[in-house]
Formats: sequence, structure tokens, C-alpha cells
Amino acid sequence: MKKTNNRDLRLAVVGHVDHGKSTILGRLLADTHSLPDGKLEFVKMTCRRNSKPFEYAFLLDALKDEQAQGITIDAARIFFNTKKRKYTIMDAPGHIEFLKNMVTGASNADAAFLVIDAEEGIKENSKRHGYLLSMLGIKQVTIVINKMDLVDYSEKVFKKIKKGYGEFLKEINIKPLSYLPVSGIEGDNIAKTSRNMKWYKGKTLLKTLDEFNSPDLPINKPLRIPVQDIYKFTKDGDNRRIIAGRIESGKIKSGDSIIFLPSGKKTIIKTIEYFNGNKNNKDIASNSTGFTIEEQIYVKRGQIAVKIDEKKPFVSTVFKANIFWLGKNPIKQGNEYDIKLGTAKVRAIIKKINKVIDASTLSKQKKRMIERNDTAEVIFELKNEIAFDTIDEISETARFVIIDGYEICGGGIIIESIKDKNEKIRKKVLLRDEKWITSDISQKERAVNYNQKSQLILITGKKGSGRKLLARDLEKDLFNKGKYVYYMGMGNVLYGVDSDIKVPSNMNKREEHIRRLAEIAYLMMDSGIILIVTALELNKNDINLIKTITETDNIVSIWTGKTISTDIVPDIQFKNIDKATIESIKNVLKEKNLMFDPE
Amino acid sequence: MDRLKKLENHSVFILRESYSRFKNLCMLWSIGKDSTVMLWLARKAFFGHVPFPLVHIDTHFKIKEMITYRDALVKKWHLDLIYGQNTKALKNKHTFPDNNTSRLECCRVLKTEALTNTLNGNWPRYRFNHKSQKYEKDINKEPYTGVIVGVRSDEEGSRSKERYFSPRDKNADWNVEDQPPEFWNQFKTDFAPGTHVRIHPLLDWTELDIWEYIKYENISVVPLYFDNGKKKRYRSLGCWPCTKPVDSDAKDLSDIIKELKTGKFTNIAERSGRDQDKEDGGGLEELRKNGYM
Repeated sequence: MKKTNNRDLRLAVVGHVDHGKSTILGRLLADTHSLPDGKLEFVKMTCRRNSKPFEYAFLLDALKDEQAQGITIDAARIFFNTKKRKYTIMDAPGHIEFLKNMVTGASNADAAFLVIDAEEGIKENSKRHGYLLSMLGIKQVTIVINKMDLVDYSEKVFKKIKKGYGEFLKEINIKPLSYLPVSGIEGDNIAKTSRNMKWYKGKTLLKTLDEFNSPDLPINKPLRIPVQDIYKFTKDGDNRRIIAGRIESGKIKSGDSIIFLPSGKKTIIKTIEYFNGNKNNKDIASNSTGFTIEEQIYVKRGQIAVKIDEKKPFVSTVFKANIFWLGKNPIKQGNEYDIKLGTAKVRAIIKKINKVIDASTLSKQKKRMIERNDTAEVIFELKNEIAFDTIDEISETARFVIIDGYEICGGGIIIESIKDKNEKIRKKVLLRDEKWITSDISQKERAVNYNQKSQLILITGKKGSGRKLLARDLEKDLFNKGKYVYYMGMGNVLYGVDSDIKVPSNMNKREEHIRRLAEIAYLMMDSGIILIVTALELNKNDINLIKTITETDNIVSIWTGKTISTDIVPDIQFKNIDKATIESIKNVLKEKNLMFDPE
Repeated sequence: MDRLKKLENHSVFILRESYSRFKNLCMLWSIGKDSTVMLWLARKAFFGHVPFPLVHIDTHFKIKEMITYRDALVKKWHLDLIYGQNTKALKNKHTFPDNNTSRLECCRVLKTEALTNTLNGNWPRYRFNHKSQKYEKDINKEPYTGVIVGVRSDEEGSRSKERYFSPRDKNADWNVEDQPPEFWNQFKTDFAPGTHVRIHPLLDWTELDIWEYIKYENISVVPLYFDNGKKKRYRSLGCWPCTKPVDSDAKDLSDIIKELKTGKFTNIAERSGRDQDKEDGGGLEELRKNGYM
């Protein structure tokens, strides 16, 4: 294989409907003799059958109903070679209704042609597509001014559009590589330099195409591997536990110290795994890799593996983002969606709509909701913390999609991480994890040995609701079943560990009390124990804090009593405590798969 | 970056995403070069394993060597293979080779209908038992909710509009006009009950990419693709009554690649040997809407 033959580039062609994207492409394919014989014959035959004159655009609009309507509904992939390299061209639709298809077509492009009709001038989607290209992260854009034959190849018209569109692009911080006058129908400046526009001294479309750069891979940026899955295929005696994911940026080799965020668990890369590939124990950005680790720590999909000695991503529950919305139902403040960033999926609330921008005019609007095809600046608040970057640092882990129900309905780029309440504590926890002295016995080995998963059972409620009694009964029941279990009341901590901060009825120290309680819980859970804790009237913040510190999903919260007096949303509520209570707690633990299955 | 490496890594990502997101997942294996490359990519993705069943629709009119090759590979790689068939249509001779239907109708009955009913579990599935070395009726009748298919977008017009993750409704219909957006490596992996998703890891590959990759990885393919000594070979495989060999003396992978790059096939469509494509302009798209691969 010759090297030059294996370079390739993905190009998107965008612009307003009927401005001639498909015609330009059809002409390019025909003039470079790139069409499979069958295709041209097929399209010409179909035209004859339907008594229609042949058009270059039909080459691309291979679908029946598309030809009937004369517009591109979906982005079509076209494969095309020049002497220099291979191309995959995405012909994106220009019709406003098919904006989501335009986004699909353009999102993975390395470069783009934005087509404007010389006669019709700049239209709504000329601007909207320009703005979306910038949000999608496409940096190489050439503006192609088409249908020059209809304006008598006038330099004046060309210059006027160039000036108008240039002003628009300046506002959104895009600098196009060039402006290029063509006629798709007549073939001017497509594959050959036009004789009709002697005033134009630039390159042809074909030449421009060949001079786009293949973008550099982010190999020299900090490592980011969103964990996609953990494999343990035991078939045929395979004992490897492989962590799989795509390297979004950076590089890895065996022996690298890494941590997983947001959990903060650290380890060392043991081997890089391959099937029928090279075994040099290294890998780089854009590869779908797999590796084994030294310690058998708990890792799950959605976490990001990063290097200990490199710049780390943000971990938070709040961020500011620019989004574009393709959903049928508008976004209002307070709406809830799922967002997917890397491999993490998390519930998110629209905390605030800062501004809504009409993408076609770029005018800020005083709208309070974000409608279909709008773009906006929004503050998101997540139900659980995730790791992410901002768009100016590492774009691959700063992009997310918004899911409404079952559908992807929008996308966004994070422009700023906003500190949430637990920011300071999270920093302490990260340092704790980094300095943690690991045992040679893994969590899993302990779980197998004790036949239990370590976990935290939080029993809370109002004074006199029977918390302590329930905790003692539960402890005894589990103990008698052979479980390693320990009951710890808040009182066990207040006058010992907390004696330096224990001031009667001083609620200002509440956070510190909870932090210490959670740190003790973390230690005890690390030892493999089932820990039962009772505390008075815990609220949502307390629970979030405990989750941040203990870094586990193995927490069950129980509220005792008829009325819930805080904003907590407990896993279980017992209005009355009776003989059946303990059984139902155990059932919940079983349902959550926390009880007896060590894996 | 090397194009093949890029394609391989992207396909592996899609396969892993499918395995992570879909509980009832299967891969369609037509025995042809494309789905065999896809099978190889699954072994890449899962480090030598293929952690889901392969489904083959046996029209009964496949070229004999294809079935021999299929069963040999199933044994060699310990694959979990399931096949389905339209036994009723075959019994009633409602087929093109029996002179009772058009080519497209035959495709609809033996492929599309058999596929739909094998995937949803309405018709019997036959699973290879590696202990008894025989195909046995499968007791599992659960519908597959994720189906991995090896279509390439350069094959013909309608395939160039496909998504990597393409939802199908309860009747396995494909709504071309209203497909979900796909960007930044995020796909539609959430779906309403009763619907299923077709997954297309090979969408970005061309015919030439496939052959170059087969050579690079040294993957074994059905010998029908090579000159049989009579200066004839198959470029695309299917049922014998509708698939014609092409004139070619390409004896090995290097010959095929050379032929595609510079030889007489550079500008001739791959499926030109498939007679059903010629019956009706846009016929394939009609079939695809109904679940044809």
C-alpha cells in the first residue's frame, strides 16, 4: 500500500436549499471521471423513463422520492478520489426542516464548502449553517459562490456577497480559508479554471479540495479515555479483565499511572490488549483501545481515565454551554433531559437560559424558551457529577448530546465549568485518593471472601421515629446470617472524632460533621463491611456530600416516619416499623443487587 | 492517519457501543466478504471473542460453497450461529427459480420475510450445537432488539443515506424521511419497546477498503471470489439463480485489489452482476424500507 493512497479527508457541503450543492458535486464527479459507469447510466435511464431532462444533481439524489421533490433530504455519503487522496463527501441538505440531517452530515467533517447562490444571495440557512459549522468544530471552511453564470460572471456581485458574508462570519469568529466563484451547471472553476471569470485569480474547487489539511490528532494533549465497557470473557480460559474505550486525546503505554474520574480511583496500566495486532504496549488518540490494570479497582462505563501527572478535566455538577436544539418540543427553564458526554449518561436540569440566539440572524432574543433550530447559552445542573473539559481545552470531551425521551434532540459544547457546592470537598477527596495507600487485597477479593458487597445503609428521620431501634435490629439480623456488619450512630462520632468542632446546636459545622462521618464510612466500606449509620433528618445536600466522599453507588437511604421533613428523596420510606420492615429492606438490597452477589 | 486503521477503529467503537447498549444483540452474517470483515472486526473489538449470535438467512438457493465455508468457520472459531428460512415459501415453490415469482418478489419472500420473522422470533431458529456438531431448533424465541448489519454506503444509492444506528419500527420499517441525528460519536441507543435498531459498522467502507483490509489482516474468504481457472469469479455473492460471475482472472487478493484500482472494474458498479437490481429503478429502496439488507 502506497502511503499517499491511504490518506483521506471528510468534506461536508452545506448551504441554503436550492443553492446548488448537489449540482456542484455531481459536476465534480463527472468532470473528474469519478462515476461508476453503472450509476450515470442508471440515473440517465431514470430521467428518460420519467421524461425529465438529466441534471447533475440527480446523480446524488439516488432516492426515488428525493428526485420527485428535487431536494436533498438526508446527507448522502459520496466516495471520491483525486490523485492526492481519498475523500468521503457528505452532501448535506439545505432545507430548514432537515437541519438535523445537515448536522449529521457535517459533524464528522474535516473541512467544509459552504455554498451561496450568486443570484439569490445570502439566505437564512447560509448563516445558520455557518454558525453550526463553528459549533460543530469545523475549522476549515471555503465559501463557494455558485450560479455565477446567472449573474453574467460579475465580479461586482461576487465581491458584494463576499463582503456581506465576511461581516457575518466575523461576528461568530470564523475566518474562511477562501471565497470561490463557480458555476456548477456550466462547470466553471470546478475541475478547470474558468475562462468566463478572468478577474478571479484563485484556485479551482478541485485544487481547493486537495489543499485542505488533514487535521492533526490530539496526541500531545492530556490523556482522556471515556470508559466504554469492562470485558471479562471467560470463554476458552480467558482471564483478562479488559477496560475498553476510545482514546479521545493523548497516548498510553504500559506502566502509566492513571486515575478514573469522577471516582478518583488510581492504578497502573499493566498491558495494552490487541487481537491480531501489534504488541508494543502503546496506543494513541483516535484508537479504540483496551487495557488491563494492576489493581482490581471498581471501574464503570462513563468514567474517564486520565493520567495522574497531566492536566485533569473538571469534575462538577454544573456547567455553562452553548447548545443547538433540534427537538419538536421547546426547552424551558426547569426541563429535565438526559445528556450524553463521552460514554457518561446523566440526568440534567436546565437551570437557566442565559440567552437565545436566532442562528440565522444572530440576533439575541428575549425569548424565554428555546425552540426548534434555535441556539442558546444555557446553565445545566446534573443529578450526578461527571468529568468533562471545556471546548477551548479538549473539544472531544467538551461535547455532549441532549436526549429527550428516546431521541437525540440537540447538542452542546461546554464553555465554562461552574463550581458547585461540593467543589472544595471534591478536591480533598481527589488528593486523598491520590495519596491512598493501596492494599494487596482487592475489593472484589474481600467481597468474595466475605460473601457480601460493602455498602452503606443510611437510616434517617425525625427524632423518636425508631431509627436506632431499626438499625440495631437490622445489624443483629444480618450478623446472625453471617454478614460482617457494623452499626454506627452519629453519637459515636460527635463526642470523639468531632470533639474539636462539637458546639451544641451550631449548624454551621454541619457540613464538617457530615464530611467526617462520610470519611469514616469510606474507611469502613473499604474494609469490606456493611455499615449501618443513623443520623437525624438528613437532607439532599447531606446525601450528595456523602456520595461525593464515599464514591460509591452502594448506598441505600431509609426514612423512618410518616412525614419527610427535609428535601431528601429516600430509597425507601417506612411510615411504621414492624416485623416486616427488615425483610423489606433486605428485599430492596437484593433488588439493587447489593446483597449477596460479590461481583 | 492510515485510512484502514481509522475505519477499523471507528467500526470497533460502534460494535462495542452496540454490545454495551443492547441486551438482545445479534449480527447478520451473509457469508460474503463484507459481513466476514465485520465478523473479524467483532473479534478485534472483543479481543478474539464474538459475544453475540450470528444470524444467517438461508434462502436455500445460496451457492453451495458459501454454506460449506460458513459451517467450517463456525467450527473453527467456535461461533454461535443461528439460521432462519422461509420453509413455507420453499415448500409451495413460491420462488423465482421455480418460475412462480419475479426476482424481487423472490427476494422479498426468501430474504426479507425470513429475516423479519427470524429476528422477531415468530419462525423457528436453528442454532449450531458445538457438542453434537448439528443444527438444532433454538428454544430462545426472544426478539433481537439490536441487529448488526454489514451494509456499505457505496453499494447503491439508498444505502448512502443510512445511519450507523438506524431505528426500525414494529413492522421493521425504515422511515428514510425522519432519521435521528447522529454526531460526535453519539448514537441512538435508547428506543421505545417493540422497536429495534439496525447497526451499521461498515457504512464508511468502500469495496476497495474491504479487499485491502482482508489482505492486510489476512482474513479467509469464500474461494468463489477468485478465478476458478475458467477466467470467471464472483464479485458479489448471493443466490445462484440471480448472481452471475464476472469475467476476471484475478487469482488472489492482490489481483482483486489491482483490478479494482486500475483494471476494468474501476468504473463498473459492484452489484452489476445482481439481476434483481435491474428489475425496477428504486426497487431496492422499497425492499430496504421493509427490512431487506
